[in-house]
Amino acid sequence: MTNDNYYKRQYVISGIAVGVVVVYLLLLFHLQVIDQSIGSKAEGNAIIKQTVYPARGMIYDRNDSLLVYNQPIYEILMTMREMPKNFDTLAFCRTINIEKKDFDDRMEALKDTRKNPGWSTYTQQVFMSQLQKEDIARLQENLHQFRGVEIRNRTIRSYNCHEAAHILGSVGEVNWDDINADNYYVPGDYSGRDGIERTYEKALRGKKGIKKMLRDSKGRIKGHYNDGADDIPAEAGEDLKLTIDINLQHVAEQLLHGKLGSIVAIEPATGEILTLASNPTWDPQLLVGKERSKNYLKLLHDNTKPLLNRATQAAYPPGSTFKTVQALVCLGDHIITANTQYSCSGTASTPIKCTHSHGSPVSLLNGIEQSCNPYFWNAFHDYIQKGTNNGKNRAKIHERYHQWRESVMQFGLGARFEDSDVYPQARGNVPSEDFYDRMYGKTGWIAATIRSLSIGQGEILVTPLQLANQAATIANEGYYITPHLNRNDSMKSRIHRTNIGAHDFELVKTGMARVMTNGTGKRYSVNDVEVCGKTGTAQNSRGRDHSIFIGFAPKDNPKIAIAVIVENAGYGSTWAVPIATLMIEYYLKGEIEHTDLYQRMTTSSTIQLNATKQ
Amino acid sequence: MQNIDWLTLAFYVGLCIFGWVNIAGASHTYDQESFIDFSTYAGKQLIWLGSAFLLGTIILLLDYKIYDTSAYFLYGLMILALIATRFLSPPGGIKGSYSWIAIGSSFRLQPAEFAKLTTALAVAKFMGQYEYRVRSWRDLWRPLLIIGIPAAIIMVWENETGSALVFAAFLLVFYRQGMSGYVLLCGVAAILLFILAVKYSATPVPIGTGSLGVVICMALLTIIGVFFLLQENRHTTEKIIVISTISVIYAACLILNAWVPVNFGWIGIGVVSALSIYLIVANLYKRNSSLVVVGIFLLISTVYVNVCDIAFSSVLRDHQRKRIELLLGMIDEPNGVGYNVNQARIAIGSGGFLGKGYLQGTQTQMKFVPEQATDFIFTTVGEEWGFVGTAGVLIAYLLFILRLIWLAEKQRDNFSRIYGYSVASIFLFHLIINVGMVLGVLPVIGIPLPFFSYGGSSLWGFTLLLFIMLRLDAAGAERLR
Repeated sequence: MTNDNYYKRQYVISGIAVGVVVVYLLLLFHLQVIDQSIGSKAEGNAIIKQTVYPARGMIYDRNDSLLVYNQPIYEILMTMREMPKNFDTLAFCRTINIEKKDFDDRMEALKDTRKNPGWSTYTQQVFMSQLQKEDIARLQENLHQFRGVEIRNRTIRSYNCHEAAHILGSVGEVNWDDINADNYYVPGDYSGRDGIERTYEKALRGKKGIKKMLRDSKGRIKGHYNDGADDIPAEAGEDLKLTIDINLQHVAEQLLHGKLGSIVAIEPATGEILTLASNPTWDPQLLVGKERSKNYLKLLHDNTKPLLNRATQAAYPPGSTFKTVQALVCLGDHIITANTQYSCSGTASTPIKCTHSHGSPVSLLNGIEQSCNPYFWNAFHDYIQKGTNNGKNRAKIHERYHQWRESVMQFGLGARFEDSDVYPQARGNVPSEDFYDRMYGKTGWIAATIRSLSIGQGEILVTPLQLANQAATIANEGYYITPHLNRNDSMKSRIHRTNIGAHDFELVKTGMARVMTNGTGKRYSVNDVEVCGKTGTAQNSRGRDHSIFIGFAPKDNPKIAIAVIVENAGYGSTWAVPIATLMIEYYLKGEIEHTDLYQRMTTSSTIQLNATKQ
Repeated sequence: MQNIDWLTLAFYVGLCIFGWVNIAGASHTYDQESFIDFSTYAGKQLIWLGSAFLLGTIILLLDYKIYDTSAYFLYGLMILALIATRFLSPPGGIKGSYSWIAIGSSFRLQPAEFAKLTTALAVAKFMGQYEYRVRSWRDLWRPLLIIGIPAAIIMVWENETGSALVFAAFLLVFYRQGMSGYVLLCGVAAILLFILAVKYSATPVPIGTGSLGVVICMALLTIIGVFFLLQENRHTTEKIIVISTISVIYAACLILNAWVPVNFGWIGIGVVSALSIYLIVANLYKRNSSLVVVGIFLLISTVYVNVCDIAFSSVLRDHQRKRIELLLGMIDEPNGVGYNVNQARIAIGSGGFLGKGYLQGTQTQMKFVPEQATDFIFTTVGEEWGFVGTAGVLIAYLLFILRLIWLAEKQRDNFSRIYGYSVASIFLFHLIINVGMVLGVLPVIGIPLPFFSYGGSSLWGFTLLLFIMLRLDAAGAERLR
């Protein structure tokens, strides 16, 4: 101690101690306070978030009858990382009643990252889905034997009705486009694929909840984390009330039985779609659960195209039903008046002959009643060539045509209802001046060139929904409310007006009433109800003419506007008119009075159908 | 008794209590019903703590002289015990280690934990002799033998590497007693060179050929040699010649590399060898021995660097090599060999600044960290008490160790002082290695964190170690009065 020269070394040793502790403190500060990424790793480690699926909103018809509800199904989930090496595959297969080969195939499919880009050994993979309670009952009892396997409870759609498949659409698994577009979804989620399920997906789906579970290092679930205080409960989807009257929809689908075609009925005062039927169709229950993909493929490859919603996706020339619009547009521009008469030479008329026999000259009301082609050709000619120096001023023709087209489109024709919830919709077409310029050259066309337009033939194409909306516009004497499917007051403000006066509409309505009493629709009627209508026979390049009818009833204070198209069935008066009158009858009276006619219409067929629906 | 250093005692009690709280936390299971249960770690450790306090009290009541007189006897007895342990340990050992004696079904004793104590007494006795001085290497071989024998037995015979490494702590004591500081520096250099050589042994150099590890090590050694050469005030011309020669060689090789691939590893080895031979030969007869030492150091280091890689892959056991590879970032196996360290980092990191709260640590409660109540107990502190907890524990430990150094330095007789330094060094070594391991900056070496890690043997061993020091200090203070 006395000769101790090294006592200063205590400071070196103390310095080492201080230095190391300071370095460790800095490391700890970085690890615990600065670097936040580690903490989230812990979350994924000890806390697993389980998704709680909400019940999808139910769907009702306008009279509160339940159409679509949910039914529980089960999924078998696997977390590969947690499955023991000695996982008893054979016992597992026996428990869920599948073959070993099936098991291996499913495993292969899961591991194939092309088919399953979400493959990971750490996360739950859907091994089997769409299982019924019976399928998983045994597994549920013996679940403890199979580590890494879990059962998840979900719901799928179930249907109270066999109708309205096109409107309702279906629910199916999301694809990667959906997942990329909306980060709400993860692989294996369901979403509305088409129809109303798709349009109102966000409201119907509700909100997924999260259950935080504690898991130990062996992957065993030990209970709720934080006693469930951090759990987020699932929020059930909103229920949806449709404008559809399911009984009327049923009648419509019955009437279309054995035919290719569609029926659209709208309540004119509200724009609510009462019926939107397209045939061939299918039972919505077919596109649910395990059978979905098989049935879907069957529908997809059926050559009558049942998946096509003819009511909204098919576009036809409107034929003579367009004469009502033609009359209104010409009246609105004072080209014609109630007293304007044109001569008709019957089949000898040029450039368009008349297909009906009636006196000459004809007035507007007679023209509508008798569906006189020359009358509407002359009116259209006068409209287009007004002020054009007998067609010589081509610029003026363009201008007149442009104005005509605008007026026609005010009826909702030739364009999608952008503010509607009907999906999908075809656009239809009211050709633009450019369209004809491309066809005939900029100076190459005059009224006569496009004369087919005067009688709803030629290049003009409309969807049945647009036709029904046109009927509603006439019924409303000058305006329509965007046709829609959600019986929700917010839709009622979407009002669209034409520039044509109510007086002109009254005139056309009278003409349409006379169609049903004296004209092309006189063979069918609804007792004690004044029906207004217009038949059409649309020529088409493929096969027989389409039979078309638009109308509404009663004439005063109309309750229903309707459009019926039966493809390749011939005259409008033979098929479309009786179908429409039966529809109107059922809707207004609550029952079918012409039971014989109903019987005949529902059992007759215009084609040999290969449709899925029997 | 009034001469006891109460502050040290207070640190001891405080660390023991907080340690127990964390053992209880780490061993608490999510569905455990009663908190204190004598079948759990927490319950058992409570018994260990009670008996350790009793043991400490007995030590304080015993005569202080017995340690000096019986130091060699106890040391010899311990050597025999260490040898005997292998025969008494359960067949096949416990996790490959033959350092445990099983008494009954639930009671196990690890004599190695007490070997530190007897070795410290023997070292203190030997180095505390009145006439003993560390003048040269000849004076050190016996103390080295004293620590080397138990260390070798524990490492080789009992297959318990961690406990054996603790004996390296005595080098700090030797340093305090006069061993050259260069030994410690050489130790640091050896570790650094080892890391560089092993980590980059397989990495190619960006220019030319050769192992990046060797190239970096050689560059480092060249710089060290040149640095010491420049420290000299004489031989200005020689210095310029040496430095420019080295520069010319490297420049020539770089140019040559454009045509022929040059192995810069061998060039580096050649340059360092030539430099060291020059330093030795040129200064051997000029009474400038320090440059000769530098030359020898460079020469040995060159050999060492080239041997390291071979030794690493052939001498070390598989799991030891993997742990070092993991530490050096050469492999990344979060679910394999790196699982412990990875989970430890996650647990500590997720604690944040204030921690998740006692018994609230999800990683701890769900048993994600293996060996959490024993070697990895610091992770519980980290997760449940946050940075506040870990910093608190580290600072408390630092103060405790500084207090021990101060106590040792206060001793008037050599035996007490050397013994005191042994105690401080052993605690410091345990702290550095254990916390370093948990933080993932040192390889996984299974040694406990004193007073924190679960285990009766280590708690008893540390308690005895500390209380003998307290007793010696009290006696010294008594004599002073």
